[in-house]
Amino acid sequence: MLTSTTTRADARALDGRRARRTAETASLGWKLLLLKITVLGLLNAASVYAAMVLFFNERWLIGTLVVVTGALITWIYFQRGALPAKYLAPGVTFLLIFQVFVILYSGYVAFTNYGTGHNSTKEHAIHAIMLQTQDRVPDSPTYPLTVVERSGELAFAVTAQEGEVLVGSADAPLEAIDGALVEEGRIVDVPGHTVLSFTELMERQQELSTLAVPLDEDPNAGALRTQDGQRAYVYTSRFVYDESSDTMTNTESGETYTDGGEGAFVTESGEQLMPGWRVNVGLDNFVRAITEESIRGPLLYVTAWTFAFAFLSVASTFVLGLFLAIVFNDPRMRSRRYYRLVMILPYAFPGFLSALVWAGMMNQEFGFINSVLFGGAAIPWLSDPWLAKLSILIVNLWLGFPYMFLVCTGALQSIPEELTEAAQMDGARPFQAFRQIKFPLLLVSIAPLLISSFAFNFNNFNLVYMLTGGGPRDIEAGINVGSTDILISMVYKVAFVGAQSDYGLASAFSILIFFIVGTISVIAFRRTRALEELN
Amino acid sequence: MTVNTRRFTAMTAFLGAGALALTACGSGGESPGAASAEPTETADAAQTADAEASGSLTVWADANRAEVLADVATDFEADTGIAVEIVQQDFEEIRDQFVSQVPTGEGPDIAVGAHDWLGVLVDNGVVAPVELGDAAEDFEQIAVDAWTYEGQTYGLPYSIENIALLRNTELAPEAPADFEEMIEMGEEAGTEYPFLVGLDPNESDPYHLYPFQTSFGAPVFGTADDGSYDSTELAMGDAGGEDFAAWLAEQGEAGVLNLNIDGDLAQESFNDGSAPFFLTGPWNVTAAQEAGIDVAVDPIPAAGDQPAQPFAGVQGFFLSSQSENVLAASNFLVNYVGTAEVQTALYETGGRAPALSESFEEALGEDEIVAGFGEVGAEAVPMPAIPEMGAVWDDWGASQAAIIKGDGDPVELWQKMSEDIAAAID
Repeated sequence: MLTSTTTRADARALDGRRARRTAETASLGWKLLLLKITVLGLLNAASVYAAMVLFFNERWLIGTLVVVTGALITWIYFQRGALPAKYLAPGVTFLLIFQVFVILYSGYVAFTNYGTGHNSTKEHAIHAIMLQTQDRVPDSPTYPLTVVERSGELAFAVTAQEGEVLVGSADAPLEAIDGALVEEGRIVDVPGHTVLSFTELMERQQELSTLAVPLDEDPNAGALRTQDGQRAYVYTSRFVYDESSDTMTNTESGETYTDGGEGAFVTESGEQLMPGWRVNVGLDNFVRAITEESIRGPLLYVTAWTFAFAFLSVASTFVLGLFLAIVFNDPRMRSRRYYRLVMILPYAFPGFLSALVWAGMMNQEFGFINSVLFGGAAIPWLSDPWLAKLSILIVNLWLGFPYMFLVCTGALQSIPEELTEAAQMDGARPFQAFRQIKFPLLLVSIAPLLISSFAFNFNNFNLVYMLTGGGPRDIEAGINVGSTDILISMVYKVAFVGAQSDYGLASAFSILIFFIVGTISVIAFRRTRALEELN
Repeated sequence: MTVNTRRFTAMTAFLGAGALALTACGSGGESPGAASAEPTETADAAQTADAEASGSLTVWADANRAEVLADVATDFEADTGIAVEIVQQDFEEIRDQFVSQVPTGEGPDIAVGAHDWLGVLVDNGVVAPVELGDAAEDFEQIAVDAWTYEGQTYGLPYSIENIALLRNTELAPEAPADFEEMIEMGEEAGTEYPFLVGLDPNESDPYHLYPFQTSFGAPVFGTADDGSYDSTELAMGDAGGEDFAAWLAEQGEAGVLNLNIDGDLAQESFNDGSAPFFLTGPWNVTAAQEAGIDVAVDPIPAAGDQPAQPFAGVQGFFLSSQSENVLAASNFLVNYVGTAEVQTALYETGGRAPALSESFEEALGEDEIVAGFGEVGAEAVPMPAIPEMGAVWDDWGASQAAIIKGDGDPVELWQKMSEDIAAAID
């Protein structure tokens, strides 16, 4: 009776408060509306600007998406009602940008040859090849240069060694001209031409940097080019690009390079001209991962170790965490709260920091473990292939058990003590009672966490990277892979370590990892349903 | 009330979304000009350039360089009216950022870097040659050689960096003539270690051990006619390499080369006087001097019967192949950054020997330490820049570590390594 009175009094107080707040809100309404209009206005202004920039760059798809998203968001927030949509809109937008886009993009990269040497578009590649194969004619002189203009067309005016002034443009080879005025070695006036000022040069630098003035009628003599607008040098082009047949020809050897469809110009004998460009290669990356011996061997080895690592990590942390949880859950234990606090400490430090500290402690000669705990023994914790695996597991146990300890403690406390008591009344021994009553109930709530922990450890990049860097390196393997590398650290090495990055192959690997983790999770979650039937 | 709280939460989230959109277009805003840099659309590009007539240069540099460049940039802007925007980047990040940003049109016009990035930059087509012209003769030969890749010069060098032997003059008054003498002197000094070099337990350090390798007549690659590396000819698998491998195993056994002493530990031990000799670069000198060690810089003692040549790393500035401001950028490089004044200023903040001969001589005359490193540098060879070097370093280091640890026959391990590297380069 007493309880219900309090409840009613509470309810009345609550009503009063609610009424007061509603009154406040009514007067606040126009301010909020103003805020809403301002924010949406800013957002729309930003998206219209972004869309204009994108359209200007002919990125139609992304530009359209920006406009559509902006309009959609405005519409949602000016709706009456539609509360779920108002809740979901920001989250969904962020999800699309940060998750879905990233996934789709790596999916796309997995089907391309993106990596060192295949970095950009074909236009860029041709441009770069042309730039890189302009050879300065050996021992050719430097020509002091003045850039001039005649009816809009740029021309070079240079002083030859004999002191005479030569003028030429893209179509007209160099020719001597009379009446030019030279002051202090610089040509300041050319009849029939206008001398360009520095500012004018800067305005036309694109045009100027591609201008080649033939030395004479013979195209093999080379052409004058300038990079700074003040000096010109004679260059010959090692390669000529023919747009109509889409081929590169080496002017020295006469060899022709054609676009072989694999993102580079190749000769008939298969020699590639670098840089190439990005193209779609279909399933090539996946095929390579599976068929190429130098990749397949390490890949299988690393996959096996990744499974072992993830499984052993989950198992060891779970066993230790559960054990400690049971011990500290026993009412007979004194000062449990303080012990629990200490147990959680490893969880409170950033994981990568702990891994670095452990790496120092495991130094063969100067580390704490060898020099203090083992009295100066030289145990190669991190440089022996098997000990390094053990070290990784030990450190992961240290990092991981507090989490398991926490969740097990929570789960244990939610299981009614009466169940154990009832079992004991029925004559079960304590261990039997635990194994057959408590443990299955515990698993109901813990099993999904074990699965997520498995998925986490499957991709536990920080630990591997900070503790061993994947090493010790397996010198037998054809690619850079060590005996503690897990799939994700191997992917990282393929994509970013060393100079030969292969983003395509790395993305293909990450897609494979996604499918492995996904499959395991689905199977495991199905299994846990069986546990739930216990309830 | 509840409704209002929700609305407020939604608004907050929304503000975030707005900010995000703004950021997105902030980066998009730079691209209208950049995207029109297609080589085929020269006329269009020129018109776009017209719109932003005075134009501006973007330079990526690390913190040390950025400071000096800021002064040069002011001069350049005063003279030409072209603004130079200096963007600070982490030195280590510049290469990969440059490779991925240049194709999108968001890259800089000029960036600072090390010459051994060239292989990757060239293969990705993101870097354009720089014509130094007659100015090339004003630079130290090794600096220009290092920035020359497949016959083209790709950068304006500014500093040369190499390792040398640091000596604690209190513990060892004389410079050793060869490796054996150094170890003897080190043992006589009665310190904890006779000699220090920072290594890694799993990857050794082929860069620091390279002078010993060359002293056995085992350079990494053969030399082509023009003096550059011939990466098709892997020379370290030869007899000299095998001798070096045997020597490594010997030193590992004797404990002279200790994989467990990493760079930090070596520096610490040298600074507290636990060793008279330390094979390292100029980057560790300041700390040693601050620790009160009287440091002398000596040539690296040879372990074999040939001179010990370390690798030289040459830092420089390079041009983007997609730059729309080629003219302004090369003017800035050759006529401003390439001057003695700027090279000396860069030397003063960076502490590495300048690449311009005039500044180089001046620095050598001024400072004994720089002179010591400079003299060793004169013997040095540029680090190879081929893109496959990444793979080479990996194999090289892992095998050296295995040899020093005594995991198997040194010569067999060395041969296996040479075969793997040869396969990786092909």
